[in-house]
Amino acid sequence: MTRTLRLDGVDRSFGDRQVLKNVSFEVTAGRMTGFVGANGAGKTTTMRIILGVLAPDAGTVTWQGAPLTREDRQRFGYMPEERGLYPKMTVREQVTYLGRLHGLDAGAARRSTDTLLERVGLDERGDDLLETLSLGNQQRAQIAAALVHDPEVLVLDEPFSGLDPLAVDTVVTVLRERAAAGAPVLFSSHQLDVVERLCDDLVIIADGTIRAAGSREQLRATYTLPRFELVVDTDAGWLRDQPDVTLVDLDGARAVFDLALGADEQAVLRAALARGPVRAFRPVTPSLTEIFREVTQ
Amino acid sequence: MNTYQATRLVAAREIRVKLRDKTFLFGTLFFLLIAAAGTILPPLLSGGPESVAVTQDAAGPLRAAGLDVHVVPDDRAAEQAVRDGDVDAAVVAGPTVLAMDEAPDDVVRALSSAPPLRLLDPDAVDPVVAFLVPFVFAFVFFITSQTFGLQIAQSVTEEKQTRIVEILVAAIPVRALLAGKVIAGGILALGQIALIAVVAVVGMQIGDSGDLLTLLAPAIGWFVPFFLLGFVLLAAMWAAAGALVNRQEDIAGVSTPVQLAVMLPFFAVIFLNDNATAMRVLSYLPISSPTAMPLRLFTGDAAGWEPIVSLAILLVGAGAFVVAGARIYEGSLLRTNGRTSLRAAWRERETIG
Repeated sequence: MTRTLRLDGVDRSFGDRQVLKNVSFEVTAGRMTGFVGANGAGKTTTMRIILGVLAPDAGTVTWQGAPLTREDRQRFGYMPEERGLYPKMTVREQVTYLGRLHGLDAGAARRSTDTLLERVGLDERGDDLLETLSLGNQQRAQIAAALVHDPEVLVLDEPFSGLDPLAVDTVVTVLRERAAAGAPVLFSSHQLDVVERLCDDLVIIADGTIRAAGSREQLRATYTLPRFELVVDTDAGWLRDQPDVTLVDLDGARAVFDLALGADEQAVLRAALARGPVRAFRPVTPSLTEIFREVTQ
Repeated sequence: MNTYQATRLVAAREIRVKLRDKTFLFGTLFFLLIAAAGTILPPLLSGGPESVAVTQDAAGPLRAAGLDVHVVPDDRAAEQAVRDGDVDAAVVAGPTVLAMDEAPDDVVRALSSAPPLRLLDPDAVDPVVAFLVPFVFAFVFFITSQTFGLQIAQSVTEEKQTRIVEILVAAIPVRALLAGKVIAGGILALGQIALIAVVAVVGMQIGDSGDLLTLLAPAIGWFVPFFLLGFVLLAAMWAAAGALVNRQEDIAGVSTPVQLAVMLPFFAVIFLNDNATAMRVLSYLPISSPTAMPLRLFTGDAAGWEPIVSLAILLVGAGAFVVAGARIYEGSLLRTNGRTSLRAAWRERETIG
């Protein structure tokens, strides 16, 4: 069976408010899947349902084709949006403890903790109480806590919020390693630029419904507008009078324009060449922000 | 990993953290000192045998009675010794016993012959002891269930407050989390009591009140199972109270009913312990039976079957409270927006378990 985490028709309400409506998507092994949506769109609820912290009203969550059990979930790594560890325990002690709660024996938990603390740059602070650490270092400890049992699947709710740039790099590297080692990695974020940089696949949620899901390239292709950028030597204002062209942006010799559906972009290129040299002419791929805006409207 | 293993891990962590807590360690030390002082000091303070001044000729019977005999050359010297405060009493010719302002009973007894005495109820408990023992039992249960119960509530709230609870319930069953805390609290409470008991027993041996110990033994034997079940019952309430709030500061607000459930039986047993009917009722109510029943056994009021029935009732009561407490605990553990109402917690069981 494929190592795929799959949600199928998941519904969930809190009182009269339905926060998830028929949510279905997949997280594939070895790929980083970004889960994006506005605040309150349903990201955290979805993740809590995957981890079994909340029960769905309807629908199923399956892992490798079978419904998720507690034993499966124990091998998941989870980083909740609201962070927290025991303030009065040392970093090493609580990461080891969480490793044991996830099924490691004492020796394995200790070894894994040592490796990870070194990995996230906390080995020297390992025997300090958590509350004495800076917020950034507490976040690193949180990452170590989510990874200590070498999880099969990673579910991270806003893993980059509150991280300093250095820590972001560390976390990104660690997550990439996990994905490369074959673990499905699902992470939510409202920082679209970070998601754009990191993810292989993308799931976009708005108002509790999945608006788009698929690989980044696929989504780009699907949501690409017939939009082009043209750079010439002189003023490009003549494009205004060109048939089928709607100017989006004009900055002297540089212009961005949309083409009417079915119109031939080569005709525009020929017209430009007839007026002088063309320095650039290329289709504009939409950024994640643009796709996001379009599908959530 | 199954629920049992998870429970053990949780309990082990709770105990480890507690054993490093200075407040807890100093508190235990304080109780140990009180237990030692309370058992060793009173016999010491009551002083040794009476001292008596006497001439060599009359010293024999007084020595035989185990008194502290000071031999003096003559009766005048004996009287002077009493006046100087060197001895409690003196025996002079006659024989006459001299003392300053208090009759020296032991000296008088040593020189007189007592009529034969037959006690009709030799086991009856000394009234002072009869007053103290209920107080000690009630106090031990009150103090330990209060401190350790509150600690359970604080530990529950801490996990909510720091949000680590979400990681925990994603990894292990909520039941294991609750059970681990209650078990750890029970072990710590019982361990502390056992330590105090050992110190008290040693103290009694040193202070030479071993008789009381034989008298207390059956009551203590019954106290242990009653204490354990009673503790579990209250611990379930404490855990539920802790789960309803998000901040340590708010525990006091929700724990009033629990506090009452601890305090009312305490005062009831203290004030009603010579009212047989009241004590009979109290010894069957699940909340007060942990103190009332061992007490009735101590005073010899309870028949052999009574503790067994009472223990069974307590077992059922504790079971019911654990089920209800666990439901409230599960229902409110992940509600991190303000205080959860009892009703909402009861209705909304979020976790899959």
